Amino acid sequence: MRTLLKLTWVELKLFVREPVTMFFTLVFPIIVLFVMGGVFANTPDPDAWRGVGAMNFYTPAYIGLVIASIGLVGLPVHLSGYRERGVLRRLRASPIHVLSIFSSQILVSFVIAVVGAIVITAVAMPVYDVAAPEDLALLLAAFVISVLTFASIGILLGSVLPTTRAAQGVGLVLFFIMFMISGGGPPPEVMNEPMRRLADLTPLKYVIIMLQDPWLGFSWNMANFGIVAGFLVVPGLLSVRFFRWE
Amino acid sequence: MKPVIEVEHLRKGYASVVAVDDVSFSVADGEIFGLLGPNGAGKTTTVECLQGLRRADGGHLQVLGIDPQSQAGQLRALMGSQLQESALPDRIKVWEALDLFASFSPHSADWPTLMEQWGLSAKRNASFSSLSGGQRQRLFIALALVNRPKVVFLDEMTAGLDPGARRGAWELIRGIRDGGATVVLVTHFMDEAENLCDRLAIVDHGRIAALGTPRDLITEYAGEVRVTFSAGEADLSWLAEIPHVRQVKRRGPVVEVAGDGPMAVLVAGGLVQHGMTPADLRTEQSTLEDVFLKLTGSGMGN
Repeated sequence: MRTLLKLTWVELKLFVREPVTMFFTLVFPIIVLFVMGGVFANTPDPDAWRGVGAMNFYTPAYIGLVIASIGLVGLPVHLSGYRERGVLRRLRASPIHVLSIFSSQILVSFVIAVVGAIVITAVAMPVYDVAAPEDLALLLAAFVISVLTFASIGILLGSVLPTTRAAQGVGLVLFFIMFMISGGGPPPEVMNEPMRRLADLTPLKYVIIMLQDPWLGFSWNMANFGIVAGFLVVPGLLSVRFFRWE
Repeated sequence: MKPVIEVEHLRKGYASVVAVDDVSFSVADGEIFGLLGPNGAGKTTTVECLQGLRRADGGHLQVLGIDPQSQAGQLRALMGSQLQESALPDRIKVWEALDLFASFSPHSADWPTLMEQWGLSAKRNASFSSLSGGQRQRLFIALALVNRPKVVFLDEMTAGLDPGARRGAWELIRGIRDGGATVVLVTHFMDEAENLCDRLAIVDHGRIAALGTPRDLITEYAGEVRVTFSAGEADLSWLAEIPHVRQVKRRGPVVEVAGDGPMAVLVAGGLVQHGMTPADLRTEQSTLEDVFLKLTGSGMGN
């Protein structure tokens, strides 16, 4: 436990010392928030954004976007970089267990996601008059599940992608596709059929719905949650199976 | 007493290449044991199998009574490793790395002391990426020792260290051994093997070519002794009668006597008996390098 906390603390410091990753993870979603807020403001439209105000729709979506960027870009690049450079090799020869390494990555993801969520909320609520979450307890549960899901996906990508370059390429492509079609870009109601079909394959779509429902006062969607749980469990099991130290 | 490390008929291949081919040796408690050989000889593969970092294809391994193949987790708490081709995160600071690795074990050494011993105190707050090769190397050795290991594996420990730092490192490693740890040293430096190792195995093409104390290996495989002195025109026919002398060569005033065993002392005694006391008498013993060249038939190409 002491090891895990120490490792997590060191990893957090390393994250803060990496300005590019910091910017991408925490600042990029804010920029997108301002762009969308500037274009759509927060007037409800019965034909788009699930019938709620645009910024009410996008605020939980961009919390999902921070979580997705951690899992699709930050974590895989970090882990594959560790493998490529021999950091994992060194850790492997020490008494530390691989699950401690995974756990510290998950804890770091949580801290970053919490910071990102607070910043987004603190900007969106006063600037665009975004409504406060309807069901805070369920929202927190959805948040925890979302972080675990993308951490699990991130660890899998970091486990199978051999180099930093590969992780960056694959991660960024996945991130931007999901950003555009899974709820962070144009409202799902105006997308054409192929885009919607593609969005159905992305975990971010379900994570955003899971975050929006308690925030906007919709009821918990069990089928949607089941899909998220699948995106949590399957990559988690696969990474334990396919993780490579070298 | 049971050896700390036992290796019996270790075999390991990569694809079609046999890296380690039937290697057997054992290391006693408190010994500094060296694996000396050219690059690609199989030294690193051998110690990686011992550390549980690689699966052996065959043979039996035991370290501190633990099977490194099936109980690696148990072994890692008791061993320390300095590996080739490993790294730390770029932006981790020296003290953070030591503090982190110290937290892996409840019995860890006091890391500020280690930092001081290995000359890293001035670099305490420097990031890993800003360290020189030698500083990184010293940090890795300190990290290998921070959990007070019972067995330490050092793979090319002094690569990248300047001569002063190398000798300092040797002293510290002797200190570790005197503290009760067993040390396995992979090296391709002859002087390091000769000075530091209690026993060593010369490894070539995945096999052990010779095994023993540095002194025994020199006596056994390169026992040649050479004595040179100036004698002018003096009659030296008596030299041929001295035991262990094999050959006498004269180059002008310089005499070169080749032989083995205690030849040097006998020749010196003979000279005194014959009333000769050349001031420039020199003896040349073989070194481990001669043994190495003889056994591997090659230089230490990098």
